Amino acid sequence: MDQSLQDRARPAERVSFQDLILRLHAFWSRQGCVILQPYDMEVGAGTFHPATTLRSLGSKPWRAAYVQPSRRPTDGRYGENPNRLQHYYQYQVIMKPSPPDAQALLLDSYRAIGLDPLLHDFRFVEDDWESPTLGAWGLGWEVWCDGMEVGQFTYFQQVGGIATVLPSFEMTYGLERLAMYVQGVENVYDLDFNGHGVRYGDIFLRAEKEYSAYNFEFADTEMLSRHFADAERECGALLQEKLALPAYDQCIKASHLFNLLDARGVISVTERAAYIGRVRALAKGCCEAWLAGEA
Amino acid sequence: MPELLLELFSEEIPARMQARAADDLVRLVGEALAPLSPSDVRSFFGPRRIALVASVAAGVAATRGSERGPRRTAPEQALAGFLRKHGASQADLREEGDFWVLEKVSPGIDAAALIARELPGILRRFPWPKSMRWGGTSAFTWVRPLRRILCILDGATVPFDLRDGADDGHGLASSNITEGHRFLAPEPFAVGSAAEWQVGLRERRVIADAGERRAIIDAGLRDLAGRHALTVVEDAGLLDEVAGLVEWPVVLLGRIDVAYMDLPAEVMQVSMRVNQRYFALRDAAGNAAPYFAFVANIAAIDAGKAIVAGNERVLRARFADARHFWDLDRKQTLDSRVPALDKVIFHAKLGSQGDRVRRLERLAGVIAPMVGADPAVAQRAAWLAKADLVTGMVGEFPELQGVMGRYYALHDGEDAGVADAIRDHYAPKGPADEVPTAPVSVAVALADKIDLLSGFFAIDEKPTGSGDPFALRRAALGIIRIVRERRLRLKLAKVVADHQFRSGWREVEEEVGDFVLARLEVQLRSEGARHDVLAAVLRFADGERYDITLLLARTDAVADLLGTEDGKNLLAAYKRAANILRIEEKKDGPHDGAVNPAFLNAPAEITLTEALDSVEANVARLLADEDFTAAMETLASLRPKLDAFFEHVTVNDPRPDIRRNRLRLLSRVRDAMHLAADFSKIEG
Repeated sequence: MDQSLQDRARPAERVSFQDLILRLHAFWSRQGCVILQPYDMEVGAGTFHPATTLRSLGSKPWRAAYVQPSRRPTDGRYGENPNRLQHYYQYQVIMKPSPPDAQALLLDSYRAIGLDPLLHDFRFVEDDWESPTLGAWGLGWEVWCDGMEVGQFTYFQQVGGIATVLPSFEMTYGLERLAMYVQGVENVYDLDFNGHGVRYGDIFLRAEKEYSAYNFEFADTEMLSRHFADAERECGALLQEKLALPAYDQCIKASHLFNLLDARGVISVTERAAYIGRVRALAKGCCEAWLAGEA
Repeated sequence: MPELLLELFSEEIPARMQARAADDLVRLVGEALAPLSPSDVRSFFGPRRIALVASVAAGVAATRGSERGPRRTAPEQALAGFLRKHGASQADLREEGDFWVLEKVSPGIDAAALIARELPGILRRFPWPKSMRWGGTSAFTWVRPLRRILCILDGATVPFDLRDGADDGHGLASSNITEGHRFLAPEPFAVGSAAEWQVGLRERRVIADAGERRAIIDAGLRDLAGRHALTVVEDAGLLDEVAGLVEWPVVLLGRIDVAYMDLPAEVMQVSMRVNQRYFALRDAAGNAAPYFAFVANIAAIDAGKAIVAGNERVLRARFADARHFWDLDRKQTLDSRVPALDKVIFHAKLGSQGDRVRRLERLAGVIAPMVGADPAVAQRAAWLAKADLVTGMVGEFPELQGVMGRYYALHDGEDAGVADAIRDHYAPKGPADEVPTAPVSVAVALADKIDLLSGFFAIDEKPTGSGDPFALRRAALGIIRIVRERRLRLKLAKVVADHQFRSGWREVEEEVGDFVLARLEVQLRSEGARHDVLAAVLRFADGERYDITLLLARTDAVADLLGTEDGKNLLAAYKRAANILRIEEKKDGPHDGAVNPAFLNAPAEITLTEALDSVEANVARLLADEDFTAAMETLASLRPKLDAFFEHVTVNDPRPDIRRNRLRLLSRVRDAMHLAADFSKIEG
């Protein structure tokens, strides 16, 4: 590795991982966002949090920001890849309706964590976002800083198969990657977590190894299939009772179980589409039930 | 003439949509403002704006005219309909003879009023490939949120807005205000003319003209490369794309860590060009240089040091990823990966990739001898052709399929011909892609495409007018190009029939053959071939159906023949013969019996018969030898005899035996001609 290159990439100020989160909280709190805590379930992305999926529907204004631990079983690399994790953190912002200055706000948030747009090359690069399992799509961009994706910006057009009445602005930051850039670190496990000597790897390396083994080798696929069917049934039963939120928990469960089954490689291409369709049907039912309860 | 400036300022427009949008704007505004005869129309496009400048007339003058209506005696409904059609009332009519006449007055309109009236509709219906809603409840959509509309006519704002009934149109209204560079000059500013707009933007770090940005980038790349004794690898497509991603292009140079320079060139290219839109560079000796060039959208306050460092870091991470897969993949041989293909579904009705590989292996072995390849080598290549699909690198970068297989095969010590065939069996991937030349590669490439076509036809997944999800047209064109460029003799129907039988599929050789021929016909016509010649040959020659090379040779020979004076006259004589036969056969039924020498009496018919005796035999022999040119020349030798026949002999002789015999003679002429092609399809 060319040492001089690394030195140049390192900015003067070193923001720790947790400080990064605190600065984003402070920034989005000033924009009138409710600062929420992570949803207490296994999800693949911050979008699954009911604060985004459900509250992006209907005509009540809403602004929230939160960190969401996200699990992507297929991305596990047993702790051996410096850029890939099966468990990582997303920072998620949702504003409904999308404010006219959404892009400017976003750029201010980068200033708040030490990335000066006069010193860096910020770009909005076309990226159409779609979540087949949530029946959701939107248009927007990947946000690039010096050639690196530092976030995803989406104007929601549809969620749960339902057109959004007030299109939301959703911003998702991949916190590890952003922190690596801000800190000038090339291996995620070397991230300075707290500014007092604790590194990201001290906390998460073992988890990455163990969960990679679980996700790829030891997860009991028969049990997972059974649990998927259970969650699906429970979701349907709860929707009969118009209990949108508990039903949506079961939808989230089913989605994660599908991801685990996928990581174990037991889902064929044709089955895959069928599973996604089943989860989407649940999400659609939950979104409709949520809207009905809001009216 | 007054100058119109229209600028639509929005959040970032996808690069691939900008040029088309500018064209659409020119077209739609041109149509809507046609009464103002717009001229000197120029358009601009970039990441945040599309714009148009035009000279227009100051207004449309009022016009007067009259139109004759129904008779005064016509029913009332006729008059009512006439008035409704013209939006007129009884008072606008006068009587003229038996008719009502309408005095039409089209009021004049000034340019600003016409523009203000037309533009909201154009914007509401603008043909973006994909539009979106944003913010409040307005139904007005744009490619990304539209933020400003600048519209001035000779410096004055043309006032209009996007309100539509209860819809607030996002509160958007025209003004004379725009914005410069997002970071370098964020303050809005007013403009009074197109020139002021362009200069004002330039002062605020925006180059409005895409062509100028492209030129700046092109010159900047050359200059920067030159200063480091490097040359830029030409890439016009990338240049266009990058020009659409920036408003203020600044070309910068980054270094590549030499530790990564031993990665396969294609791997580096995917990371650099596809993922990052970087330009590759070469050193003085023409080798890949450890540098990359890229275009930033800002002149940064540190002269780009942080931006260069950031981009170098991104590329390092991408290369580190690639290196990881490169090292890991080479620990396992391709051969040992083949069983894993049984777990990869190719298509629900056509089995796994493993099934496909077993079919390809068998088929490549069948094709190999036809293309001069060693069957064992071709089979080995087919066996390994898909193994890289289960490697880490191809999982990460699917566009490297085949390319990685070749590298891994070489690493495993496979035969170089096998390795090349693994890479090249997907070729040609498009009209610009080269066809494989090595026999083993040709065998596997043909096997790949023939299996694809036969398989999907067998399960009735044929292309439709709107969709070709399995790229079967491309496969057919691939077969055509390989056969043509390598001048191969491929009995397509026979190969497909054999393959379908061994694969347990239904009979598809006719459908597949016809599909390929239809593509061939389209291809030849686009190259300028005569459609009647194609019709005369492609659908006709039974003995060589679907042997593309033979069909082409015959097509050329027929076209050549028709290009000569003899050929044209021969055709005329043939047509005359065929016409007479058509008319007479309608009356009598076919005249296809043998010519009776006893009834021949005119010298011209005797000469013709003798000529036919030798021509028929010779043409048949020459065709069997595939010497089409000589066959056509032989046919052409009939011409003087035929001419003499028509000049001196009356076909419809009053003696029935003589008449029948002469018609049979003409029938022989027709049959002789049809040995070569179905000349009835030839026009003229």
